[in-house]
Amino acid sequence: MSEYDVELDTSGLNCPLPVLKARKSLSTMETGQRLHLIATDAGAKMDIPAFIKMTGNVLVETSEQDGKLHFVLEKG
Amino acid sequence: MAKKLAIIASKGTLDGGYPPFILASTAAALGFEVKIFFTFYGLQLLKKDLSLKVSPLGNPAMPMPVPVPSIIQIIPGLEWFATWMMKRKLKQKGVASIEQLREICLESDVELIACQMTYDLFDFKPDDMIEGISHGGAATFLEFAGDADVTLYM
Repeated sequence: MSEYDVELDTSGLNCPLPVLKARKSLSTMETGQRLHLIATDAGAKMDIPAFIKMTGNVLVETSEQDGKLHFVLEKG
Repeated sequence: MAKKLAIIASKGTLDGGYPPFILASTAAALGFEVKIFFTFYGLQLLKKDLSLKVSPLGNPAMPMPVPVPSIIQIIPGLEWFATWMMKRKLKQKGVASIEQLREICLESDVELIACQMTYDLFDFKPDDMIEGISHGGAATFLEFAGDADVTLYM
């Protein structure tokens, strides 16, 4: 897992909350800072990359562990 | 320049209320400029006190724990039961409430426009409605929708 500055666990939450909460967290962060987002919503696998693509942020890493999705996002 | 999403919300049921608020809040998070035009039964979604219901009647696609023939679905209390069941399921599965999504829409500058004609038609009062909404008519919506990237009728 890459280094990160902020962690956000959205386990148990469903669409569209992981995206909305990720946006809220990123909006409080500085450019270049990284957010570790954890999600159990299966749709987040497609939705987080789509969200990142449209908002000028960077998806640094994606992995799946113990049934949870882990993303490292860098604020662009 | 920001992309634009224009939505017409015409349904005032619990299940009908989700799509406009989910798409609007998500589009706002993706950087879209969003306006929702609430017309006819959709106006119910702007009330302070939401008592949205879901009805299995006339909706053969609604999953029920046991099959309930249409003729039985008119019995009093079945709509209440279906609504209770749906709300419980939404909570169990970590789906946001309509109130929560609506609040996020307002926080992220989604413009919520009440159709003036239906507002007058159904005698809505300003006190019934949440703060922060605007009013408009067909031309108000079309002015925005005319150069929107995505326009949806729900």
